[in-house]
Amino acid sequence: MINAGAFVYSTGDHPAVSWQDPPVRHIRTHDMFRILFSRLGLLIPTFFGVTLVAFSFIRLLPGDPLDLLAGERGIDPERKAQLMAQMGFDRPLWEQYLDYLLNIFQGDLGTSFASKKPVLDEFLTLFPATAELALCAIIIAVCLGIPAGIFAAVKRGSVADQAIMGTALVGYSMPIFWWGLLLIILFSGILQWTPVSGRISLMFFFPQVTGFMLIDSLLSGEKGAFLSAVRHLILPSVVLATIPLAVIARQTRSAMLEVLGEDYVRTARAKGLPPFRVIGFHALRNALIPVITTIGLQVGVLLAGAILTETIFSWPGIGKWLVDSISRRDYFVVQGGLLLIAGIIMLVNLIVDLLYGLINPRIRHN
Amino acid sequence: MKMTKALKATLLGVSLATIAATGVSAKTLVYCSEGSPEGFDTALYTAGTTFDASSKPLYNRLVEFKRGTTEVLPGLAESWEVSEDGLEYTFNLRKGVKFHTTSFFTPSRDFNADDVVFSFERQLKKDHAWNQYTAGAAWEYFDGMSMPDLIKEIVKVDDHTVKFVLNRPEAPMLANLAMDFASVLSAEYADKLEADGKMEMLNQEPVGTGPFSFVGYQKDAVIRYNAFADYWGGKQPIDNLIFAITPDAAVRLQKLKAGECHVMPYPAPADIADIQADDSLTMMEQQGLNVGYLAYNTKVAPFDNKNVRKALNHAINKQAILDAVFQGSGQAAKNPIPPTMWSYNNAIEDDAYDPELAKKMLADAGVSDLSMKIWAMPVQRPYNPNARRMAEVMQADFAKVGVDVEIVSYEWGEYLSRSKAEDRDGAVLLGWTGDNGDPDNFLAVLLGCDGVGGSNRAQWCNDEFEALIQKAKTVSDKAERTKLYEEAQVVFKEEAPWGTIAHSVVFMPMSSKVTGYVMDPLGGHWFDGVDIAE
Amino acid sequence: MTKNTPVAAAAQVKLEQESRNATKAMLLEFWYYFSQNKGAVLGLAVFVLLVLVAVFAPLVAPHDPDVQYRDSFLVPPVWLEGGKAAFLLGTDAVGRDILSRLIFGARFSLFIGIVVVTIALVGGIVIGLVAGYMRGFVDTFIMRVMDIILAFPSLLLALVLVAILGPGLMNAMIAIAIVLQPHFVRLTRAAVLAERSRDYVVAAKVAGAGHFRLMFKTILPNCLAPLIVQATLSFSNAILDAAALGFLGMGAQPPTPEWGTMLAEAREFILRAWWVVTFPGLAILITVLAINLVGDGLRDALDPKLKRS
Repeated sequence: MINAGAFVYSTGDHPAVSWQDPPVRHIRTHDMFRILFSRLGLLIPTFFGVTLVAFSFIRLLPGDPLDLLAGERGIDPERKAQLMAQMGFDRPLWEQYLDYLLNIFQGDLGTSFASKKPVLDEFLTLFPATAELALCAIIIAVCLGIPAGIFAAVKRGSVADQAIMGTALVGYSMPIFWWGLLLIILFSGILQWTPVSGRISLMFFFPQVTGFMLIDSLLSGEKGAFLSAVRHLILPSVVLATIPLAVIARQTRSAMLEVLGEDYVRTARAKGLPPFRVIGFHALRNALIPVITTIGLQVGVLLAGAILTETIFSWPGIGKWLVDSISRRDYFVVQGGLLLIAGIIMLVNLIVDLLYGLINPRIRHN
Repeated sequence: MKMTKALKATLLGVSLATIAATGVSAKTLVYCSEGSPEGFDTALYTAGTTFDASSKPLYNRLVEFKRGTTEVLPGLAESWEVSEDGLEYTFNLRKGVKFHTTSFFTPSRDFNADDVVFSFERQLKKDHAWNQYTAGAAWEYFDGMSMPDLIKEIVKVDDHTVKFVLNRPEAPMLANLAMDFASVLSAEYADKLEADGKMEMLNQEPVGTGPFSFVGYQKDAVIRYNAFADYWGGKQPIDNLIFAITPDAAVRLQKLKAGECHVMPYPAPADIADIQADDSLTMMEQQGLNVGYLAYNTKVAPFDNKNVRKALNHAINKQAILDAVFQGSGQAAKNPIPPTMWSYNNAIEDDAYDPELAKKMLADAGVSDLSMKIWAMPVQRPYNPNARRMAEVMQADFAKVGVDVEIVSYEWGEYLSRSKAEDRDGAVLLGWTGDNGDPDNFLAVLLGCDGVGGSNRAQWCNDEFEALIQKAKTVSDKAERTKLYEEAQVVFKEEAPWGTIAHSVVFMPMSSKVTGYVMDPLGGHWFDGVDIAE
Repeated sequence: MTKNTPVAAAAQVKLEQESRNATKAMLLEFWYYFSQNKGAVLGLAVFVLLVLVAVFAPLVAPHDPDVQYRDSFLVPPVWLEGGKAAFLLGTDAVGRDILSRLIFGARFSLFIGIVVVTIALVGGIVIGLVAGYMRGFVDTFIMRVMDIILAFPSLLLALVLVAILGPGLMNAMIAIAIVLQPHFVRLTRAAVLAERSRDYVVAAKVAGAGHFRLMFKTILPNCLAPLIVQATLSFSNAILDAAALGFLGMGAQPPTPEWGTMLAEAREFILRAWWVVTFPGLAILITVLAINLVGDGLRDALDPKLKRS
């Protein structure tokens, strides 16, 4: 409470610091559009490149879903040719690619070979599970990483700093698939505190409203459901948070150190402002700019981590879905899944870029 | 503050109500299944995992396998007659059989001949409205069992009589009709979906006549079923059935031990001793209906000489393979069909492990400095849990008789198609799991002349053997068929197109509280008749 | 070209001497800063030890890593009940000595790091130099391609690439090098853009230096510092990614004693034999940690901006 109060108080008056002067409004909007358009300009060719990559990858994969599905029983070559034709694989490549692009713009990513359901539908049913996991992980990483980084920077060179940075480096070097297994051995095997896998105890059954188990369990009103969802979520999200947490802590510390050394902070200190105000407001606000970029960049890390985390914890999300689909040669799932994931990463990077432009006065002036 | 209190009261009320609702002691059986079903319209798929979740709990067939055997019993058909020429099968259907009433469908009539005709015609007729109802729909099993060539027509004689007319006599026909793809769906439900324009739901919200009705499926996580109160075979002892999808064997075991599930399939071989030592668990075991083999290419020298093949069979140390690869979950194979199958010829003597004899036989055949390839599959199968390791053991065995082995492997799809080639270089490790318990399903498919260049990986076409199995196909007397198949196995052993390696042993760990579970020799998992002690 | 007069020769020698001295001084200064960082020195020591173990693996390892002792399945480490003195860290499911496998595994991990970094670094530098030096269409094209690679999560992209090339250690290394390469390209290009307009480059250009010479002899040496730091980071990333691919069954194939592959094989024993799961992961962690410590030390020593103020 006291901390929060101090923060609120310090946002009140700071007229002395010159860089704080708000720039003229119309310049800001204008610049924002400029950034937006230039970024979009880069994004469009990248997007087409991504579609081309996804499209060509599945055509380069050796083997095909039909042979795999038929297994030892085998499939009649004529029947196979007929089914491949049904999927459009007999037509010229450029025609297939054009078709694929047209379908993308109509929101059609094809049909899963295994389940015979539209790829987009499958993605949408599974994505909330991954999103819930990734969001919890990033919340853990931010809530622990930023304070730890600030603390380490302020207490630079102390035992606490060294301990925090040492731990962060261990976290940064962690093979998370092994880390997950270790946590399972300890918390599920020996201590029996957490369940081994799944998203919620099987005792609970309620409709999916948002797809986020934490929210749905609260909406269901069933006693203990929320707690069960939390217990299932805790280990996977800790595992997934490990690397982002370490990166954020390290980044926050070095950003803070840089800012703490700058003139205006020294001035603020010299003026005898209480340390809380100096660190909490003047320094932190500037130091957070690169940290936000870092957080944005963690989305790719989180999605890659989700592949491993979901595999270890049998978490029904898109990471596991994609890995399984690659080994099944479920063409349209691989093609659509790659595109959707790349799309998410590009979108997040765009938002981070814009946010960066919005909060960083230096960029705007250049 | 008042608002929160009111909210709290409501929440409390809700949770009390749910406790009251769940308070009625409902018996729930949780099965930790090994994977996700591809869908719920069984006939579209070929995977056992899908069958476990669809055809077995939800549907019935005209005839059923007697639980625990491959013997055919009446199912939705109470009785049947086969015409003299073996071309007409007439089924008298059971009366008063109800379809499931679910949140998404309420049937207005009992099961009748229309449902049978619908279930088969959609697979048979290319122009049927339901033949292509979902993108890429293919009736793999129906086609794979040659049903389109075999079935001439399906006739509704009256509401309770259906006649199958065949193009040629086929002794295994009844066994085929007990297979998963022959599950009977509700024609009325299909009509309703068609009228509503939601045809794809047939594959997602299934309605059948089986012991359990469908409640819901959360992709890659949970499938829920309720016991069907009006099931024609009587209501099940348990009230709810849950499939908890758990792909990892170690995790399944952990859940079983923690009481989070009651039954699990496919334990890791390494855990078997551990499970057997655990008092709170029971483990059932059964010989699998499968065979793992090494198929020589009998069209390529020197493997076209049966003495060379025989010599190599004597060089294989099966016991070492059972120890290193199966780790106790297998038994040595001497015939191309498993011992649990009828007509298994137990009088046949296996080629004993004898490197000296093997060396001599090779020398007698004029073969020296032989080098060959062994193909090792890249995937795990019940009949071969680790082909790579098996190939390494064989490599060591063959080296002892002076045969140099190179191990090759391809991506699985590639492996399957390349190994079919008639001029293939090398012997192939592969295997087969039975579909319907009929020897024809092994001997004709894997060793018949039609299969050369296809599923007959030995490329072996022997007139004597072929005549025996062709004759057995058309005879309907089981005793006579048994004799023919026994003779065929003698020919097989003499000619040695394969090195027969092993049959797997299937283990099924479950909580000691579970009663009434019967293992299926065909590898399926059934939960009708299963109960849990309090 | 002036003729080699004695005076000129003497001057030449002196110049060389000076530049050698300067290099020496630079290295000394570098080592001074590097050795200030205790963690970095520790990391370097561990790394050197790992290299030695890897190089002399056949001499150090008590057993052949592939020999299966049929009477010793899943023997626990020596300090536990049931442990055998012959197997310090116990054995795995088919009776292979874990310590020996870890020792031989060090070879694979270091090999993976070296090969991946070499491919990514060389490729990245060449492409980055070309992009930064040529500018225009070539630059735009190259940078868009890099954007496309970076638009995918690296592990997912590597996974698909390995699926295309076929599972195996070599293909896994190629795939990882491809996904790590854009970082080198971006760094090189940024450095080239920064250096291009500097006086010494302009001077060299005026003096008639060719494109090739300009790119590789003049500009490149001046942007090495960030590349070295990035290379160290990539080294540890490569080991982690290769282990992850091995864990997913797409990297080195059994019975190769690669640490990630060992973990994948050990997974089914997670609740029964903790040692088969714990030690390979620990080996990965220690190796990666040591390299990252060195990387941090290098960055601090090479980056003047972060030098202690």
